[in-house]
Amino acid sequence: MTGAPDAVELRPKLVGQRVRRTEDPRLLAGAGRYVDDLTPPGALHVAIRRSDQPHARIRGIGATEALALPGVVAVFDARDLEGMIRPAIPASRMAGYHATPIWPLARGTVRYVGEPVVAVLAESRYVAEDALELVAIDYEPLPFAIRAADAAADGAPLLHEDAGTNVIIAREFARGDVDAVFRDAPVIVGGRFRMTRKTAVAMENRSYLAAWDRGRAALTLHSSTNIPGIIRDVLAGCLELPGNRLRVVAPDVGGSFGGKGSLYQEEMLVAALARRLERPVKFTSDRLEDLSATSQAFDEVIEAELALDAEGMLLGLRAEVTGDIGAYSIYPWTGALEPVQVASFLPGPYRLAHYRGRVRGVLTPKPPTGPYRGVGRPSSTFAMERLIDMAARKLGMDPMEIRRRNLVTAPEFPYRTASGIVWDRSAFQECLAAACDHADYPALLRARDAARAAGRWVGIGLASYAELTGIGSRISVAPGMPINTGTETAAIRIDATGAVTAAFGIASHGQGLETTLAQVIADELGCRMEDVEVQHGDSALLPASSGTYASRSAVLAGGAATLSARVVKAKLLRAAAHLMDVPAEALEASGGIIRARSSNTSMSFQEVAQAVYAGMGRIPREQREELTASETYDPYLGTAGSATHLAMVEIDPGTYGVTVTRYVVAEDCGRIINPLIVDGQVQGGVAQGIGAALLEEVVHDDDGQCVTASLADYLVPIATGMPEIGIVHVEAVLPATLGGFRGMGEGGTIGAPAAIANAVADALSPLGIEVDTLPVTPDRIFRMVEAARLRNPGQRTGA
Amino acid sequence: MTGRADITLSVNGQSYTRRVDPRLLLSDFLRHELGLTGTHVGCEHGVCGACTILLDGRSARSCLMLAVQAHGAEVETIEGQGTVAALGPIQQAFREHHALQCGFCTPGFVMTILDMLRHHDLGDDAAIREALSGNICRCTGYEHIVNAVRALVRERGKPA
Ligand code: FES
Ligand code: FES
Repeated sequence: MTGAPDAVELRPKLVGQRVRRTEDPRLLAGAGRYVDDLTPPGALHVAIRRSDQPHARIRGIGATEALALPGVVAVFDARDLEGMIRPAIPASRMAGYHATPIWPLARGTVRYVGEPVVAVLAESRYVAEDALELVAIDYEPLPFAIRAADAAADGAPLLHEDAGTNVIIAREFARGDVDAVFRDAPVIVGGRFRMTRKTAVAMENRSYLAAWDRGRAALTLHSSTNIPGIIRDVLAGCLELPGNRLRVVAPDVGGSFGGKGSLYQEEMLVAALARRLERPVKFTSDRLEDLSATSQAFDEVIEAELALDAEGMLLGLRAEVTGDIGAYSIYPWTGALEPVQVASFLPGPYRLAHYRGRVRGVLTPKPPTGPYRGVGRPSSTFAMERLIDMAARKLGMDPMEIRRRNLVTAPEFPYRTASGIVWDRSAFQECLAAACDHADYPALLRARDAARAAGRWVGIGLASYAELTGIGSRISVAPGMPINTGTETAAIRIDATGAVTAAFGIASHGQGLETTLAQVIADELGCRMEDVEVQHGDSALLPASSGTYASRSAVLAGGAATLSARVVKAKLLRAAAHLMDVPAEALEASGGIIRARSSNTSMSFQEVAQAVYAGMGRIPREQREELTASETYDPYLGTAGSATHLAMVEIDPGTYGVTVTRYVVAEDCGRIINPLIVDGQVQGGVAQGIGAALLEEVVHDDDGQCVTASLADYLVPIATGMPEIGIVHVEAVLPATLGGFRGMGEGGTIGAPAAIANAVADALSPLGIEVDTLPVTPDRIFRMVEAARLRNPGQRTGA
Repeated sequence: MTGRADITLSVNGQSYTRRVDPRLLLSDFLRHELGLTGTHVGCEHGVCGACTILLDGRSARSCLMLAVQAHGAEVETIEGQGTVAALGPIQQAFREHHALQCGFCTPGFVMTILDMLRHHDLGDDAAIREALSGNICRCTGYEHIVNAVRALVRERGKPA
């Protein structure tokens, strides 16, 4: 036992501080370990021959030549895998839904260009790729409808015969009497909004490494995934392996944004092959494969109409959403994830009594769609915020004012939207006001008007939205899905050396959760951050886990960390109380030292831990407790996050290129654990949102070929295309979640497309142009301007 | 297959002699032959900059070069810029300014910035952004990277 120092320095709380990240030194020194960095001795490399047909029957596969190439070890197609693995079924209780099974390799029929058909295993990746060329596949082309509207029509060729239709998802949200409202409404605006297909483009391509332990008959899969727990659970079923002999590890992961948040065929494949061949098997995607076979996103057409009264108050909204979900429903989210959320979030953060939103999810011969940062809400916010601006223009009302009138106000929370979502209290109005204040909105309007008078195309756009974050067990992340996304567990232990280890089911892939969770735990336990080791991304850490997605980790894992740390601390103090012979209530912990408030005795965590674990008899048998806890947190409903984005743009009348000249985000993300990390998430999200608004589009031509399969064709934002982003954290009443945290990883991507679309429309408003398709590329702007010039030949159309 | 070639090159000041396939990419050579996995591969078609190294002092994309082309050259990679315990100045600035999230693009940025700081003014943000425009980061939105470089430029101006 040591004497306490005379002056006890009260350590400031870590939560709320701009703490530098724990992850950084290893990543900066090139000592991170991503899946492709791991190559165990004897590893085989698998390369995949993918379909070059959008829809075809496989008549035959010839592998003789490929097998003859020196270094090639084996060639597998679906027939060779029979009996080695069962399919994964993306089930859902949703009425009328048809689950399309997922097999590692196409069985008899291919349904999109890029679908895995044949796997070649070789001693090196170079040889495996050489051999791909030597595989002969004989296809019999089948009819197909590449556009969702055609695929949904009666008599369209079926992609999955046994589904009996290409429309495997159909749902309706309805509240009030929307048609009656529209009959009498003084103001109606409408449009057909199209958010084109995107893809996540994490900088690390997907990579998987499976190793079979012959001695233990156990499999370890290293996967660049953000849902290792979900992958473990589904593969356990596919491979018929118990969870204690199947471990899925996500080491350092180079970004996901949702693209690494679903089960992939290649994960199933390497697992099955490693067990069969009893050798490690590795797959690393190249960028072409990533752009043509990683899950894609959005791709909706939203036909929507908004009815308002003469004061600009919203009366009713009706919408038909058609989602092009691609060729298969994805595991575990299903193809419903994206389009259904578009319909359910469409009413947005606004007071609106009458709504009808119908949604269909349509199979087409394209890569499956899945989660991508923002899920559903980038599209729904784009459509709704465009409608609001169109209404404001029709009414001659300022876009800020119309939002102020309609955003749900503080006394109305909790507010149930017309689609049934409940908005917990959040700073809807305050964010709008703060964004406009920060940007000096009146001054911006004057600057725009002056520029416009000089013939320049300058515009301002606002977008307000709300989202659900940290969703608990009450609501399924995707409709009717049979996995639990609503709880999170933290297993915290102080070991015999006094060190703290905290294990989580999340899988951080850039969000800095090793840092933020250590901040929370160090504060709760009263130790130093560097004493806490946060473990995550490993299915073996906890009995059940899922991963990091849906802006849930700070809320759920932060809550679980708090609960577990409190239990461990109570045990620690009870042990210390016995050892120091003072009541536990008289003790406090800070900086890894436990002190008695009244006397000047103290003990370090290490001393207490040694006494508990190693000091036989120092604590009586019946009082001795392991310094561990495993508590689960369930926020049940979760909480809302909200923001307003403001963008100012200028369009070059020569090149039709859009420059974002000003950008402000005012957001309510509750109690902030680490402002540095929150700002980084906002900036990164806005960049992806600007990409979605101005650059990014996956294009399939009429033959079903992806024509954007390189980074020279699928453009993402670079440093010169990004504005500086002004960020205002609005301090509002904290949500009821443990710790007061809200999730905030996705907001940037939700608000930016709408704000940019509104700004571009504002810039082109003198020409009477409305923006209804994203991205607004120079080509699209050129065509809109030309069409406007044909409509109004006399009008001056800018410089 | 054509015969293998013997190459000798210096990587981070250490000399290596290896027998390689003539078609082996320099990025794969560094990663898989030398085990220097800090150099990352994001596209293999010269667009993303994740694989950037210094070749005889100037930045180069290791995915667009063959290992045999680096015969006789001096190569520097992220591993030569600092250690986990003692980060180099650019790495330190990245940490200070939270200029990385997933870290996958980071080695390429650090190597690019090393070259840019040595050879360019980077007098304003526009010049900094221009210097970074050959590297893609999907996580950060670039603002914190620009902040880190701005701070490095300021440091560079100070007398030693
Ligand atoms: S990997 Fe070399 S530029 Fe992308
Ligand atoms: S930090 Fe993830 S790509 Fe740059």
